[in-house]
Amino acid sequence: MLQVGPVKKVYDVCIVGSGAGGGTAAKVLTEGGLNVVMLEAGPRLDPDKDFKEHMWPYQLPHRGVGVGGKQRGIGDEFMAPNGFWEIPGEPYTVANGSSFSWFRSRIEGGRTNHWGRIALRFGPADFRAYSTDGVGDDWPISYEELTPYYDKVEAYIGVFGSKENVPNSPDGVFMPPPKPRCTETLVKKACDQLHITCIPSRLAILTKALNGRDPCHYCAQCGRGCRTASNFSSSQVMIPPAAATGRLTMIANAMAREIVVGKDGKAEAVSYVDKTTKTEQRVYAKAVVVAASACESARLLLNSKSAQFPNGIANGSGAVGRYLTDSVGSDLVGHFPQLEKVPAHNHDGVGGMHMYMPWWRFGQKNEFLRGYHIEFGGGRNMPGVGEFDYVCEQEEGYGATLKQKCRSAYGTFIGFSGRGEMIPNENTFCELDPEVKDKWGIPVLRFHWKWGENELKMARDMQQTFRQIIEAAGGTVLVGARRHSKPSGDVQQQTNAISTGGAIIHELGTVRMGSDKKTSVLNGNCQAHEVKNLFVADAAPFVTNPDKNPTLTIMALAWRTSEYLLDQAKKMEI
Amino acid sequence: MTNEVLTRRAVLKSLTLGAAVGSVMKVIPLEAAEAAHHLVQAEKQSTGAYAPKYFKGDEYKTLQSLCDTIIPADADAGGAVEAGAPEFIDLLTSENKEYQKTLGGGLKWLDATCSAKYGKTYLACAEGQRKEVLDRIAYRKNADAHESLTEPVEFFTLLRNMTADGFFTSKIGIKYLGYKGNTFLTHFDGCPPVEGV
Repeated sequence: MLQVGPVKKVYDVCIVGSGAGGGTAAKVLTEGGLNVVMLEAGPRLDPDKDFKEHMWPYQLPHRGVGVGGKQRGIGDEFMAPNGFWEIPGEPYTVANGSSFSWFRSRIEGGRTNHWGRIALRFGPADFRAYSTDGVGDDWPISYEELTPYYDKVEAYIGVFGSKENVPNSPDGVFMPPPKPRCTETLVKKACDQLHITCIPSRLAILTKALNGRDPCHYCAQCGRGCRTASNFSSSQVMIPPAAATGRLTMIANAMAREIVVGKDGKAEAVSYVDKTTKTEQRVYAKAVVVAASACESARLLLNSKSAQFPNGIANGSGAVGRYLTDSVGSDLVGHFPQLEKVPAHNHDGVGGMHMYMPWWRFGQKNEFLRGYHIEFGGGRNMPGVGEFDYVCEQEEGYGATLKQKCRSAYGTFIGFSGRGEMIPNENTFCELDPEVKDKWGIPVLRFHWKWGENELKMARDMQQTFRQIIEAAGGTVLVGARRHSKPSGDVQQQTNAISTGGAIIHELGTVRMGSDKKTSVLNGNCQAHEVKNLFVADAAPFVTNPDKNPTLTIMALAWRTSEYLLDQAKKMEI
Repeated sequence: MTNEVLTRRAVLKSLTLGAAVGSVMKVIPLEAAEAAHHLVQAEKQSTGAYAPKYFKGDEYKTLQSLCDTIIPADADAGGAVEAGAPEFIDLLTSENKEYQKTLGGGLKWLDATCSAKYGKTYLACAEGQRKEVLDRIAYRKNADAHESLTEPVEFFTLLRNMTADGFFTSKIGIKYLGYKGNTFLTHFDGCPPVEGV
């Protein structure tokens, strides 16, 4: 804890947030010799107590779905702790006519405790969007500049995959991928017929031991948290080495309120609410790295108002909160009766897909700009609540026949999910709500959301593709499943089969980098144009939101930003 | 299958025997094994008599009877009652107003309908009489033909889903399905050879 006394303790760096970006920054900065204080808005994590790995549904009275049966999908009782669609006392608002869902976590390691472990590099063209198709903006850095950091991150965290040379979906430093499951073998054959590229997926899960972490034991439960740290979470892979340096001070249950600006216009402290004692506290640091997740980071900047920065710190451009995007999401489920012939066997595998379809039409003339990838999964998973809703509603009736029908249909469903690039638009952004504050008195975010025509076209294309794959694989498209096992935030807007904004949990772009100070907040080193000791190290700096999931790039960028900060510290520039 | 399945019990066994170098214990840290131990113990605890939280007296008995009818015991496995479905449904209903309305309303409809038709409650009815009533509400097409059956059909749909949930997430239900996972494997073998897959 902060020492209160005659001598004001000043850390070298204060990091706000302990997730993918904050954890990476903590590791690199402490190993580089700096004294770091980290603010985390939730509690510390104890995997042995907090993870429900290997628990059966019948060991919980609610069988995993919580009080009143209302915790489904990513928020169920099995999931790693403290990931929420709603946080009591910490609301956000949505403007009239918009829909937005915001998944937040309040726990050491942040959302890396809950994520899907999909670890895809962005491709060269993703950094040169404007140069490629004339829409949006280029990043101020290139793929080549980020490549060494992708290499470092992958080598350190462990990612499985295969060398494939798919255009604009670069290969990385990979461990061997696991063998395909039956569902994946089936879909792969259909994709081959359709000339859709289907390759081993790229997940941050160990198939070999690494740095004292054991390899995966194939229980398919990554989302519950892994006691053996065989998958990547910041809490288990980034924070421990940072703590081992003796130079990391972690302050848990610390909700950042404001970045305090000194007379020299630089950040000098972060004020926060100690949620345990409900007191106002302040930590001083020579530099501040904000990594609270894209929208929380924007919120913190907007709430840091001062005489020098009346619109929020480093926000002379007005770009903070703007350029918000999420992935375009669309889902479809197929039923594959031939899977009834699959004998009972252990189908679990890793906690995610073993195969996926990278964007296979790159460089072609398509009806929409940019692209999407396809994730899929299903088969003989651990049965859960909601598993047989569809079968029951199709079969109807009751009795021994229904029971047998459920058994024969078990494991014969495969769900497909598209994840595509959204292009930023003027109608999609977040800002401070002028009236609503959270229970700590901190103004909350208000979201505005509108999908563009390009995204709607892309979602339609996803649906057509899913249908083609399902039919080519000898399945039928499922219609009318009512109580889908997905969380409320994932429910598609019925009319056009596109996800609700934020539901894919790839929201980003709200504190973006750029060469032009008028339209961006950060320079190519994720350093604020206007405040040179202020950095952002989550997905807020991203200029585009390509179809590749953001987490790996968050870490590569945070690693690069941290090395730059170390270099600046050595030169006494900060 | 050649998968090396390391069950939690095997983990515990190797723990108690004192693990040799190169055994399971290189893969599974002590803490994980201890946690597994707690789970295994939890599994062993048999549940005593359940005191219903929401459905009282005959209502709960009716719920049990319906669960048994929806997923009965057969030659391969026990049924929904043995699997604890009534307890699960009662617990969730005690916490969920929508379930209270739909399920509570449905049970009342059943008794009212049986009284009007046969002069007795659902529980007191003969098997054939029960079947006659249930067959009216177990199919959506009946609600399409008779609007008055909309709510009773919704009731049965929800109850059927929840009974299936209760059964197929139970130990006997999971075994009945043939789910083989939730274990520790040293390697994953992929798909066994299957014709057409």
